[in-house]
Amino acid sequence: MSKINLNAAEVETRESRLGSITGFAGTAGELVGCSRAGTLKESDRSFSQCMGCSSGNAFCQLSMIQDAIVVNHAPVGCAGDFFTFNFIYRVGQMERNLSPVIGRYFNTNIEEQDTIFGATQKLASTIRTAYERVHPNAIFITTSCASGIIGDDVEGVANDLTEELGIPVISCFCEGFKSKIWTTGFDAAYHSIVRKLVKPPEKKSNKVNIVNFWGSHIFDELLNPLGYEADYIIPFSTTTQLAHISEAVATIQICPTLGTYIGAALEQVYGVPEIKSPPAYGIAGTDQWMRELGKVLNRQEEIETLIAKEHERVLPRLQEYREKLQGKKAYLTAGAAHGHALIALLRELGMEVQGAAIFHHDPIYDNSTIASDALAHAVNTYGDIPNYNVCNKQAYELVNILNKIKPDIMIARHGGMTLWGAKLGIPTLLVGDEQLSYGYQGVLNYAERIVETLDNKEFVLNLAKHSTMPYTKWWLDQDPFSFLRSDLNVKTY
Amino acid sequence: MSKLIEQPRYSCALGAQQSVIAIKRAVPILHSGPGCGDKINRLLGQGEGYAGGNTVPCTNASESEIVFGGEAKLGTVIEGAFKVIDADLYVVLTGCTSDIIGDDIAQVTSTYQEQDKPIVYVETGGFKSNNYVSHETVVKGIIDQYVDKFKAGSNKIKGLVNVFATIPYQDAFWNGNLEEIKRILEGIGLTVNILFGAESQGIEEWKTIPQAQFNIVASAWAGLGIAEHLKSKYGTPYAHFPYLPIGGLETTKFLRQVATFGALDMDYAETFIKKEEEKFYMHIERMADFMLEFRYGLPRRFYTILDASYAIGFSKYLLNELGILPTKQFIIDDTPEEFQEASREQFKNISSLRSTEVIFSVDAGAIQDEIRKDEHKNRALIVGSAWERDLAMDIGADLLIVSVPVAYRLVLNCGYAGYNGGLRVIEDIYGKVLDTYR
Repeated sequence: MSKINLNAAEVETRESRLGSITGFAGTAGELVGCSRAGTLKESDRSFSQCMGCSSGNAFCQLSMIQDAIVVNHAPVGCAGDFFTFNFIYRVGQMERNLSPVIGRYFNTNIEEQDTIFGATQKLASTIRTAYERVHPNAIFITTSCASGIIGDDVEGVANDLTEELGIPVISCFCEGFKSKIWTTGFDAAYHSIVRKLVKPPEKKSNKVNIVNFWGSHIFDELLNPLGYEADYIIPFSTTTQLAHISEAVATIQICPTLGTYIGAALEQVYGVPEIKSPPAYGIAGTDQWMRELGKVLNRQEEIETLIAKEHERVLPRLQEYREKLQGKKAYLTAGAAHGHALIALLRELGMEVQGAAIFHHDPIYDNSTIASDALAHAVNTYGDIPNYNVCNKQAYELVNILNKIKPDIMIARHGGMTLWGAKLGIPTLLVGDEQLSYGYQGVLNYAERIVETLDNKEFVLNLAKHSTMPYTKWWLDQDPFSFLRSDLNVKTY
Repeated sequence: MSKLIEQPRYSCALGAQQSVIAIKRAVPILHSGPGCGDKINRLLGQGEGYAGGNTVPCTNASESEIVFGGEAKLGTVIEGAFKVIDADLYVVLTGCTSDIIGDDIAQVTSTYQEQDKPIVYVETGGFKSNNYVSHETVVKGIIDQYVDKFKAGSNKIKGLVNVFATIPYQDAFWNGNLEEIKRILEGIGLTVNILFGAESQGIEEWKTIPQAQFNIVASAWAGLGIAEHLKSKYGTPYAHFPYLPIGGLETTKFLRQVATFGALDMDYAETFIKKEEEKFYMHIERMADFMLEFRYGLPRRFYTILDASYAIGFSKYLLNELGILPTKQFIIDDTPEEFQEASREQFKNISSLRSTEVIFSVDAGAIQDEIRKDEHKNRALIVGSAWERDLAMDIGADLLIVSVPVAYRLVLNCGYAGYNGGLRVIEDIYGKVLDTYR
């Protein structure tokens, strides 16, 4: 069992905490089997393409806390994502009717001499300047490969400056080279928050923590009639709000890949129960999730009424979509748990999932229960998925596969992958708002988007006609997993 | 002065991966941490291009490479890249991880160079410099390790020039700018190796670099090192025009300087210049009444928060041809000290009637604070980046986004260089101004 240790400055990586992996080829059922049997093994690729790193994912969560700022202790290139997240922050401000503000992010600009003499002075002076400029209520420090390898005492600086400035100055260790699973960066951000911002509960509230990115506020409608209030946390939270998340009655994660660490930490440290169920995608999944929610919130009767009502409303319309989508073939690429959820969703709509390239696999989450295993749920409910590939954004494998199986539609969850479907003339759908497809209504929302995408062929067909392909013909003829060293039986196409 | 950076507007040394991506059918191979390529692409890339973004091969350094060295991993990724990626040139670039632990990438790469594979290596550990500087390092690396070996010939070809004018992707308008520069140089009778982007001939063009009659640098400082290198390596002289030429006055000045330097047929060159000027000033004349008569408010003074080449180019153009007056100008490209005086000099002589101050700073957060402190009595224009959105709104200024991050603009072949670029500046500024009226 993963034990949350708030005394440690640094969170353990997913590889060592959960046994997570980034390379696998087989069926989804085989992967679930290996996870349960404890025989899951990492497979390395001898050829690889750019991935992402923990520092980006840590920054993703820390950069939109409204009254906090981030100091990135790194060479300037590591700050390349500042504006991306500032952009998202500002889009979210529009959606939430907040006045426009700019994200306040600072880079310490580590240079050559700093790699010899250390850069802690530079870090301290950057923090002081940043404080003077913004007067925030908290400052997060995100680290980098460079600061990590030269061995700067970032925790020491954070502690000194906390005392000096009288606000929490919090280290977040997220060096890119430490983990091959960039979602370790989420864990690092949450570790910092639970360790230094969250206070022990003074009283219990009627709030339910919703660990999410910046999606729409769909949980109000569900929780308010039950007498609870949804508290959407981390992006767009304030430090005061975060101080009190220990007082909530429960924690919901929209995606355990995102929230595994904070869900378990709040339960282990402060006794806030986590809803332990695959997230609510597809009818069966939503039923299961709702019942678990009802149990934890002690609203079982109300939930059963709601389930019945929603079934009555949604199922007939779902049937119409099923008829349209029956037998259509889909290929999927996404981060882990959300990918599993989308598999359930596609199968719910009667589609055939020809295969999936999923960024990593957590055999178990920090809550140590298999009840949250969304892939197991998908396999058990809808049957096995062939050609299940754990693949951390390796576009060359994806292109090879798509070129062979030519699905009717490619579904992507993250940027950078959709191009390869479209270049091959395959209609491709990317849904940014993960809340769009959540719950009963989500099945219908998603179905509508799929129908729309399948119908829209003109663009991709024309693009395919005029596109170049940077992959060699030799490569497209090979087995897609030729560079994946594995002692598992590789099923080939 | 503190070197911290709020609101970064350039990348680290590894950012030069974008220079490689800008060469047709060339691909970088990163020997770096897993997130580097993505972060650079987020700031500088708009679109993957042929083999950028998620296509870029990378060793994705992990703990074991840090502890035991990453040379073996680099070897297998290079082998894989040759097999999987269909490219004419492969450029191995290192990140912080490799440069701090000291992997011997020369050793790894030379194995393939000995087999005459088109591969080059350059140390670009992020902390070593920024991408303005490492663009030079990468181009020099390609020249020394590839061009020199595979060059098409050694004899000089009369009228052939290599152009070093802008840093691809760091200049979001690089493609359009290079197209226009190539067009006007061809117009005065030159054959142009533009080297990057849609109008280049890819690696075949690079192979003729040593044969150029002379080189042209149209940039304040970034790129001079390449020209110096080519001068000592192949004895190629170079003409230096110290900023991006924008509009009629400056483009003509640029072309005349080049024509004189290269001892071109002046009549031929002047005929082209005359034709271009006629076209350009016909448009200026056509809109002069708008500039003089539009009574509801046009920007009357400007700020630039740009790199040196753009700051000078825009300032001269806005003042001398559009009548907008300079306030404070900020150069944010970390111009090395030895080049700062030359840029100051340009601002001192911004027109025959006027001189203006320029401030060098990489910390644009501080620059914005400085601008906010000014009195904002009349309408200003900020030529800056996407970071200036709120600043512009707060001080009632118009904003033309030119510097990265350009997030609120989508750039394809738009360029601001040359005669056509000058007209485009006018359309973009006044189009935005007019769009503010209900």
